[in-house]
Amino acid sequence: MDFSVTEEQAMLADSVARFIDNDYGFDTRQKIAGADAPFSREMWSTFAELGWTAVPFDDADGGLGGGPVELMLMMEQFGRALVVEPFLPTIVLAGGVMRRVATSAQKDRWLTALIGGELQAALAFAEPQGRFNLADIATAANCENGSYRLSGRKSFVLNGGEAELLIVPARTSGDQHDRAGITLFAVAGDSEGLARRPYPTVDAHSAAEIVLTDVVVSADSVLGEVDNGFDVLQAAVDDATLAVSAEAVGILRTMHDKTVDYSKSRVQFGVPIGSFQALQHRMVDTLMACEQLRSLLLWATMVAAGGGVDAAKAISALKYQVGNSGRLIAQEAVQIHGGMGVTWELDIAHFFRRFTAIETLFGNSDYHLDRFILLPG
Amino acid sequence: MNVNFSEDELAFRDEVRSFLDEKYPADIRAKQASGIALDKDDTVRWQRILYERGWAAVNWPVEYGGTGWSAIQKYIFANEMAAANAPDMIPFGVKMVAPVIYTFGNEEQKSRFLPDILQSNVWWCQGYSEPGAGSDLASLKTRADRHGDYYVVNGTKTWTTLGHYADWIFCLVRTSSDVARRQEGISFLLVDMSTPGVTVKPIITIEGEREVNEVHLENVEVPLENLVGEEGKGWTYGKVLLQHERTNIAGVARSKYRLNRLREKAAQAEHGGSPLLEDRNFVRRLAAIEIELKALEYTELRTLAAVAVGKAPGPESSILKVKGTETQQAIDALFVDAAGYYALPYVPAQYQADFPPAEKIGSGTETLTSLRYFNNRKASIYGGSNEIQKNIISKHVLGL
Repeated sequence: MDFSVTEEQAMLADSVARFIDNDYGFDTRQKIAGADAPFSREMWSTFAELGWTAVPFDDADGGLGGGPVELMLMMEQFGRALVVEPFLPTIVLAGGVMRRVATSAQKDRWLTALIGGELQAALAFAEPQGRFNLADIATAANCENGSYRLSGRKSFVLNGGEAELLIVPARTSGDQHDRAGITLFAVAGDSEGLARRPYPTVDAHSAAEIVLTDVVVSADSVLGEVDNGFDVLQAAVDDATLAVSAEAVGILRTMHDKTVDYSKSRVQFGVPIGSFQALQHRMVDTLMACEQLRSLLLWATMVAAGGGVDAAKAISALKYQVGNSGRLIAQEAVQIHGGMGVTWELDIAHFFRRFTAIETLFGNSDYHLDRFILLPG
Repeated sequence: MNVNFSEDELAFRDEVRSFLDEKYPADIRAKQASGIALDKDDTVRWQRILYERGWAAVNWPVEYGGTGWSAIQKYIFANEMAAANAPDMIPFGVKMVAPVIYTFGNEEQKSRFLPDILQSNVWWCQGYSEPGAGSDLASLKTRADRHGDYYVVNGTKTWTTLGHYADWIFCLVRTSSDVARRQEGISFLLVDMSTPGVTVKPIITIEGEREVNEVHLENVEVPLENLVGEEGKGWTYGKVLLQHERTNIAGVARSKYRLNRLREKAAQAEHGGSPLLEDRNFVRRLAAIEIELKALEYTELRTLAAVAVGKAPGPESSILKVKGTETQQAIDALFVDAAGYYALPYVPAQYQADFPPAEKIGSGTETLTSLRYFNNRKASIYGGSNEIQKNIISKHVLGL
């Protein structure tokens, strides 16, 4: 058992923190969030130059060989700054599928550009009827003369409007809710028959509804094995669940800290409101919740870094608690800020909006508590 | 004790229902159903329909154009209005300033202001909070200094809901600083928003809309005749108003309506192969809120019954405010949970009347759920924050 990080990991965390402090302040973030484009391509290029887009990939693929610990350190900082660039969909989700199963030809074709910051990608993990069930896939892929014809609907595809490459899980056999029979396809964003309806999301990120109508892809677009894509899909989503939980921990700690600061400076009845015991105890409660969350985050990250089969259960435990006690922390931050807490002008509102999206992303508390109960361990 | 309505009360309920069936305009009904914001014209048109029926001012005494209804009738009316998803009267005129005017104002003020409120000719907004005076309202700094037959008003009011539509603002202002208690020396003043020196600046709130404003008053000349009651007694009048506001904002009937809609929604929503209503986690939370709401409904009925026998709403109105807003917010959050990913698209334009249907995200009002959840975080902050309500209860109910 060792909570310390390596020198390289500490350097990565420092470099992200410094960049956030110097170049990604709230004003910059709001400028990017308020622009027509869903994120700043220029900022993305900078992320690539800094090596961040290479972090979770193997050295042999041109990556930096990082894992869950590195992602956790980065995502906590991204949470603190409310970064809107699509690190999660492009690097963690789509990248997570590719680094696991892409052939070297597929890596040459897509992963190199993705790591270089030149390719945007997305993983279409949800369908309109499926809620949080990753196996609920009605999109069909029919094999015809060595190629596949895809038809169906995907909902809430993160970065789906910007992605040049979409990874589309589709059913090659089995029934709508079967885990077996799911195959992952690499589909170009400009494919014929693919219609996208992109939109901004409440957290100033973006997503798209995607309709596939007889989209034809060649056999070399299959990522991994035919019919056996579910485990890969689940693994990439688990990576992202852990990463987004780390982001949430960064967000919630920041909200808590800002609330404590505010309570020291806001004067009512002739004294700072932080001098009221009724508020003191509530801020102690949210501090304890923050610390408990951080403990779960470190535990789940270490389990995931160890590569054990129990990682999924730890990640569900964490995500449950992020939703459960995170909602308290976020709501208290708004409440104790009073009227100011519900203004667009103040960052608290935007932390709240992003946290609310994270509550739902990859399954809410109910979903992850059920999954925690069902998983062995 | 009897939990059932009497025959007269049932007849009254049917009367309200048939009124709503016949007179609630189909276009406004449709907008409400699809979550499209009403414009000022819609609101005025509907409020005038209520006025024509004599139902615009449920709580006013009959002599000023009120209904004279019993507590149970008011309860029935609120429930039927909510069940039809018909908009309530905008509260600032009819529910907030009017009771102060008819209770403490002079005859001239009554005849000058009350009819226009009843007929929705004049819109009001509230000038209480200031940037430095929120929970600690008595620390307000807006000053009204006497110059001959008018006051000169200077200061800033904030969180002014619908101030950008309002014609008049009722303000708490400081008319004297030479007082033993800060609650003294505050007066209740009516200010015409078109007076030179009044400027309204938008505040965008967490959901991204303009609902509230900052109102700046710079050397605004207000005739002495616009003072309600006695100079220096405004705090007392304002408190009466706040107690009315607190019972109004419990919103029990609306919460019942919304909980029923949520249940319907959850019966349809797909949840990995089955409706959400078959998910034990979800159903248990829905039921827990339903029980809390039932308790709140009867707490409100008890308060209404007390008011009916001549008691003003007292500190127990704070209970309604705290529990009412907590319940609303719990329902808001459950709507977000039920909507799943469809709570997260941010396309507010799709709730404007001219939005092309083909580009709509989601099948109904799912994408409104998060915006309502964000927006209604205000409920536990406004009208005296829930922390202030608990202070009131501990001081005036518990005697601590």
